[in-house]
Amino acid sequence: MARNLTMMDGSEAVASVAYRTNEVMTIYPITPSSTMGELADAWAAEGRSNIWGQTPLVQEMQSEGGAAGAVHGSLQAGALTTTFTASQGLLLMLPNMFKIAGELTSTVFHVAARTVAAHALSIFGDHSDIMAVRSAGWAVLFSDSPQQAHDMALIAQAAALRARLPFIHAFDGFRTSHEVQGIETLPDSVLRALLPEELIRAHRARALAPEHPVMRGSAQNPDVYFQAREACSPWYKAAPQIVEDIMQQFAAHTGRSYSPFQYTGHPQAERVAVVMGSAAETLAETVNALVLQGEKVGVLQVHLFRPFSAEHLVRALPGSVEKLAVLDRTKEPGAAGEPLYTDVVTALSEMYSTGELQQMPRITGGRYGLASREFTPAMAAAVLEELKKPSPLNHFTVGITDDVSHSSLSVDESLNLEPQEVTRAVFWGLGADGTVGANKNSIKIIGEDTSLYAQGYFVYDSKKSGSVTTSHLRFGPNPIHSPYLIRSANFAGIHQFGFLERYPVLQNLAPGAVVLLNSPYGPGEVWNQLPSGIQQQLIDKQARLYVIDAYEMAKRNSMGTRINVIMQTCFFALSGVLPRDEAIACIKEAVRKTYGKRGKAVVERNFAAIDNALSGLHAVPLPAAATPGRSMPPVVPAEAPEFVQKFTAEIIAGRGDSLPVSAMPPDGTFPTGTSQWERRCIAQEIPVWNENLCIQCGKCVLVCPHAVIRARVVPAEALQNAPEGFQSAEAHWREHAGERYTLQVSVEDCTGCSLCVEVCPAVNKSITSQKALHMAPVREVKQQGMQHWQFFKSLPEHLPGKGRIHYNTVKNVQLLQPLFEFSGACAGCGETPYIKLITQLFGHRALIANATGCSSIYGGSLPATPYATNRQGCGPAWSNSLFEDNAEFGLGMRLAVDVQTEHARTLVQKLSQHLGAELTAALLQQNVHTEEEIEQRREQVEQLRTLLQPLHTTEARDLLATAGNLIPRSIWIIGGDGWAYDIGYGGLDHVIASGKNVNVLVLDTEVYSNTGGQASKATSRAAVAKFAASGKATAKKDLGRMFMAYRSVYVAQIALGASDAQTLRALREAESYDGPSIIIAYSHCIAHGIDMSKGLWQQKLAADTGYWLLYRYDPRLVEKNMNPLQLDSKAPALPLHQYLYNETRFRSLQQSRPQHAAQLLKAAQEDVDRRWLEYSQMAAALPWQPEIAEEEGESRK
Amino acid sequence: MKLETQWMGIQLKNPLVASASPLSRNLDSMKRLEDAGIGAIVMYSLFEEQITHDSYQLDHHLSYGSESYGEAVSYFPYAPGYDFGGDAYLTLLEAARNALQVPILASLNGATQGGWTEYAREMELAGASGLELNLYYLAANAEASGEEVENMMLETVRNVASTVSLPVSIKIGPWFTALPHFVRRLVAAGASGVTLFNRFYQTDFDLETLQVTAALELSRSYDLLLPLHWTAILYGQVSADIAVSGGIHCGTDALKAFMAGADAAQMTSELLVHGPERIKGILQEIAGWMEEHEYESIDQMRGSMSLRNVPDSSAFERTNYMRVLGSYKPDPTGWLK
Repeated sequence: MARNLTMMDGSEAVASVAYRTNEVMTIYPITPSSTMGELADAWAAEGRSNIWGQTPLVQEMQSEGGAAGAVHGSLQAGALTTTFTASQGLLLMLPNMFKIAGELTSTVFHVAARTVAAHALSIFGDHSDIMAVRSAGWAVLFSDSPQQAHDMALIAQAAALRARLPFIHAFDGFRTSHEVQGIETLPDSVLRALLPEELIRAHRARALAPEHPVMRGSAQNPDVYFQAREACSPWYKAAPQIVEDIMQQFAAHTGRSYSPFQYTGHPQAERVAVVMGSAAETLAETVNALVLQGEKVGVLQVHLFRPFSAEHLVRALPGSVEKLAVLDRTKEPGAAGEPLYTDVVTALSEMYSTGELQQMPRITGGRYGLASREFTPAMAAAVLEELKKPSPLNHFTVGITDDVSHSSLSVDESLNLEPQEVTRAVFWGLGADGTVGANKNSIKIIGEDTSLYAQGYFVYDSKKSGSVTTSHLRFGPNPIHSPYLIRSANFAGIHQFGFLERYPVLQNLAPGAVVLLNSPYGPGEVWNQLPSGIQQQLIDKQARLYVIDAYEMAKRNSMGTRINVIMQTCFFALSGVLPRDEAIACIKEAVRKTYGKRGKAVVERNFAAIDNALSGLHAVPLPAAATPGRSMPPVVPAEAPEFVQKFTAEIIAGRGDSLPVSAMPPDGTFPTGTSQWERRCIAQEIPVWNENLCIQCGKCVLVCPHAVIRARVVPAEALQNAPEGFQSAEAHWREHAGERYTLQVSVEDCTGCSLCVEVCPAVNKSITSQKALHMAPVREVKQQGMQHWQFFKSLPEHLPGKGRIHYNTVKNVQLLQPLFEFSGACAGCGETPYIKLITQLFGHRALIANATGCSSIYGGSLPATPYATNRQGCGPAWSNSLFEDNAEFGLGMRLAVDVQTEHARTLVQKLSQHLGAELTAALLQQNVHTEEEIEQRREQVEQLRTLLQPLHTTEARDLLATAGNLIPRSIWIIGGDGWAYDIGYGGLDHVIASGKNVNVLVLDTEVYSNTGGQASKATSRAAVAKFAASGKATAKKDLGRMFMAYRSVYVAQIALGASDAQTLRALREAESYDGPSIIIAYSHCIAHGIDMSKGLWQQKLAADTGYWLLYRYDPRLVEKNMNPLQLDSKAPALPLHQYLYNETRFRSLQQSRPQHAAQLLKAAQEDVDRRWLEYSQMAAALPWQPEIAEEEGESRK
Repeated sequence: MKLETQWMGIQLKNPLVASASPLSRNLDSMKRLEDAGIGAIVMYSLFEEQITHDSYQLDHHLSYGSESYGEAVSYFPYAPGYDFGGDAYLTLLEAARNALQVPILASLNGATQGGWTEYAREMELAGASGLELNLYYLAANAEASGEEVENMMLETVRNVASTVSLPVSIKIGPWFTALPHFVRRLVAAGASGVTLFNRFYQTDFDLETLQVTAALELSRSYDLLLPLHWTAILYGQVSADIAVSGGIHCGTDALKAFMAGADAAQMTSELLVHGPERIKGILQEIAGWMEEHEYESIDQMRGSMSLRNVPDSSAFERTNYMRVLGSYKPDPTGWLK
């Protein structure tokens, strides 16, 4: 093949250049830039060299702020240094960026541009982060595709050295960073050619060195600061030409030519769009098509956004231009216009006023593509079409329906400008079935082993269990410049039969398309199993339908649920992109490359599946007409509230794109309790209860990560109308003698993780394999289970502070309603049971500050939230501020509650004559601690509200507004170890030291789970993690011990699987402590590489080996002359390796670097032994007794 | 006096062989075995499960949860490669081959068909003097007949034996309906020897958790009786060399094994408890006994007490059973007291 293309995504394309052209990389994970740091770390771990023959130093930092600081220091000391980031990460770097630019320092930050959180967080791509830092004095170079990102990474590096300016190299997060394309990779020789030694030496010569000492970072006064700030201007003035020169030099080496402003289109264009990033490709593709149709249109792509060169802009723009539409991928509310627009307006106005521009075009600005909203050729055409109008809309939006401010352009969605010779394939898969991985291999095969050009892009939803993936693959004879999702597919792979009823899988089908369906029904029976709408779409589109029972095929080949290579083989067979034998050989080679290092057995198993796949592939002839009667089920049940029907359901159904602006809560406020309407039905098996074996211990209810298994005790008469088969047993509670206990499962919400079955201690004495719970195929129990769940929900529930029992045991707590349910967390998640338990105990009066991470994603990702309300309408009020500030955010809540409580108390006193002495005294009573007392207070506040209603004084209104604070609030600050140990540690420390009554829950998975398992300071020695690819060499930070040092903080370390009673006790003690509390909770995690159903056993092993100590440090005990530290763990009874080597994170190091692993294991065992010794000594020490200390002090005198 | 002998054509300076055990997991303890005078070393076993199951498991855990969620398309870092024990095994074997003089046999442990048997060839290339194939298989499936199980094992033996030109000894358990016949079939399938017997992990129960637990007790001299019995029966009936494994703890035990017909006496437990240096003592015990009883060589005594060479062969046969029972006298100081 003449071409020499390597298929890779934009992240790898950038990292490849950054790694080879730098000596130091400081990294920190943030989506979508994490991959670049991960690659750099992995390459360094295997000793890969940069172009000067060194292995760069890759250093993970505690935050992006830290990464920028370390970059700054490294640059000052003379090393070529870079980092990778996005969004909030870039914003955290901002103070250092001003410094780095102010000191005219050469560096490049590679930014996968991403939305900055405003009314909501979004991990997706737009330019709001770049625009937020545009004032820092950095050059900004944009690229639009993986190839350009590869090229611009080098151009930025070269320009930074020559211009003596720091550069942001920006490209669209996800759309470019995650798109897989064929890249012509830059050889080291080109890198060397563009990075002359003398420039590098000049960089080093500017560094700090004691041999020629200088000082930087001075403090300046009004007399000189201004002039000094202006002194840098010549460098900015020179930079655009330097960039252009380097681009020309680059073109000479590679044949790929760029310019700071790159024009595509009609040479006498009258209407031109100005744009940056990947949308430039879409516009260029659209413009090319429109020019062929005779339109005088063009697109001006801005590569060099800063320094903004009006001169280069005018030079690039055809003189014929009459109207310009400037597109910004950001929103700057309240501004005169978005940044690129205002720059273009300013630049052209200036040039026109000086006569350097002959004709001033009419300029409009608009917004598009926020948070990776699609920008299609139809939208691009709409922008150019609008310019035809005499008064085109200014400050427009394109791609949404703005029915509030009426800013949106109308778009002809039927417009399809994609080149016809491109094959377009869309695949719908489930995360767990391996569809994306196989498609990544497919596109690599096509792009590297055929003469075709290929592109792959992959879309995931925000669920961590049962997530839906769509893969968009294009290939054709010409380079592909279509950075948008496929709008017209001539191949659709539907890898899950159930999707037909739930998602618009055939919506974008082209006429005559091939549809490959993974179906449990054979070619003869499948048609009648299809919903009528699907049948009609297939007929209308004259589709060619094929089926294969891939799950059965996978089962036969011991592949479990991994149907990937089977479906992949069928795709190649049907698409005909390669002759079959050749395709199969290529697939096998890809399997060998992908899985070969995992062992021959895995490769053989895949090979067998590939060889057998086509025997199960069958064509299905389409009848002339659809079979009426099989309609799609409703997205949400009819009884769901109006908001859920109109808003949530649309998102669930995949129609969120069509929701107009008016449907949106403008401030990002949403009702809670909505996850109950999103019934995902993802479990293949669900637990079934045997009431005769059950001992009603409540452990299953406690550990269920998704709150789908629940218990109640009700009077026998409450079950009179129970549906048939509804199980119950005599309640084992003295206080509820004669009542019935029932345990039910929400079959539609269960994920089938089987933690409940694993934890169940009730075993049949005759057949020990039988427990009070067992897993059964969902199809056998679904219908009845749904009825039972509905009835169960109608039964009276238990509320804290009410009823006849105290909720201080696991057995009793099971009866409390969880106010955290049906989250999108991983099946078997180790974090969610803790949160659920907190909501059972305190949720009805809780304010939750949640750090960004897994817990904020499954806690707050649309469409629905798992936080729920009880029958009184009370439940956790939840918010996420940022990753780094969560402790402070929670403290702020505490301060607000405290000040309003005091205000309310003052008002109660003032209004006592209206309230009566008794109620006034009751409301002013401070001693409200137990749940019973708190419930009484809740009733008193209700009385207060009733009495205040008729009063129309200011004070009465004020008291009504603040009265809720008289009910003690439970403030919870929740986050993961990345937050608590690393990025948020400083704030956490301060909040803990404040002495304020907040409760901190650290969900310790020992890695940054949400971004894919990067090491944190909670990661243990000997564990492999991203950013610690060769095994973490240092010990885990002992966070609890650090906070014990304050002596005024309640500290506990817990592990549900090791001791549920200790967990419960710690949470209750922490909440009851009138001061700061922190609980560090062992949370098993998918990133540990364990069988998640065994997560609780692994927790127990962690405790039994001493890996994880259970303890409680309660400052209150000092007052009782007791040692505040209570060690709840026994001495380690097992060697550490029995715990470690059950987990892939540890075992894989043993399998990849056995000797290194053995050394680290030895050190890790020493960590455990030493920690036990120290803790046991601390716990055994005599408590502090002031009188004894006083005596000793006297004696010393 | 001549302690030198041959086992499956491998020249041994004496017939004491260290069986597959943790002692051969590093070069240092293998060196200690050699220094103490061991005749040959069978290296620790490379298990079928290690090669296949660990491979599946790693694949599962590296894949699980990946490509499902946009922020975390994977959960583990890129690694250049993994070894499930095979590469490390071959590296150690090669290092031992270069550093030591004694013959080193490699050991494979498994029973079913699969790619794991390919390691036999690589072990030969790494310098093994012979192979021990441990057919460790518990026939727990009621649907599989004895013949089917035996055929499966024989196929595995054929696979391994045909890929190497080394002598292969098959380590088997004692529970075969017709052991001599099966051993003949092993020989026909390519085996050069048999090792009697492997030790299955014993299952135990934890009554608190109602879990089945695994235990492996070290052998005692008492355990020698079973392999001794079968060695005596097999000797001369099959063309395989015989190694006795399990229950050899002193010179007397080894001598019994040779007299029953063993070509080699394999040891583990005694060496694990007392260290490799115990070999010296055992060799002295053997030499002392031989000197005292005027034996010239091991070969001279080999098989002297086997079924075919003892004066009363019924001692090995069923008729003996009743006599032993009948001869039992309860210890009056024991439970009858």
